[in-house]
Amino acid sequence: MTASKDIVVTNARGLHARPAMQFVDLANSFTSQVTVSKGGPEPIEVDGKSVMQMITLEATQGTQLNLKADGDDAEAAVSKLAELFESKFGEE
Amino acid sequence: MKLKDFIVSEAITAELKATERDGAVRELVTALATAGSVPASAVDEIVAAVIKREQNGSTGFGKGVAVPHVKHAKVKTMVGTIGRSPGGIDFAALDHQPVYTVFLLLSPENQPQQHLQAMNIVFSNLQKDMFRRFLRQAATRDTIADLLDEADQGK
Repeated sequence: MTASKDIVVTNARGLHARPAMQFVDLANSFTSQVTVSKGGPEPIEVDGKSVMQMITLEATQGTQLNLKADGDDAEAAVSKLAELFESKFGEE
Repeated sequence: MKLKDFIVSEAITAELKATERDGAVRELVTALATAGSVPASAVDEIVAAVIKREQNGSTGFGKGVAVPHVKHAKVKTMVGTIGRSPGGIDFAALDHQPVYTVFLLLSPENQPQQHLQAMNIVFSNLQKDMFRRFLRQAATRDTIADLLDEADQGK
């Protein structure tokens, strides 16, 4: 089963280390494989369960990302992970 | 952005004397102050801020590297440097392994984009097995600086 959703980074500081870790922690609570991709001039796709890879998205405020999950709990994973972005990771 | 745009080579420390996290952070911030990159009078508070940030979540992301960082009002331009620990340091890393390479990054406040660019370039390089291995083996400041130059040129 696969699920995917487009999201926008809305917190002012973007996807810096702390939010990236929060994302990875949550992603790791699902059995599905999680990938995050960014389009634009330099498209990139990374493993949503690796902090180091997530940082290389260089996702600043306003960046559009696609969350994708593949596995038994794909839908729950995508919806919970998208909520994290919506909550701005508890930031402004 | 390239590593050389913010890594202060004069502050690169090829052999950290400290064997634990807080001492290593202090050594690197002090090296940046000695190089004139941050005010000497601010060393204590910057060290405290970096350690506080580490306590909120280790930046030892695995594979023997840590990227302690903080944004701080006393930092006027983004600067960073590298410390190498031949014996390894306990950085409370996510994989519970010792850290051999410490990338310290200090950012001014209100420059989130620049900070993310720097983190991206640091992590893009740190993900390369060869880069990590060479960095761990580089025994002098010049060797480390050369390695960074090569990374910047995409070698």
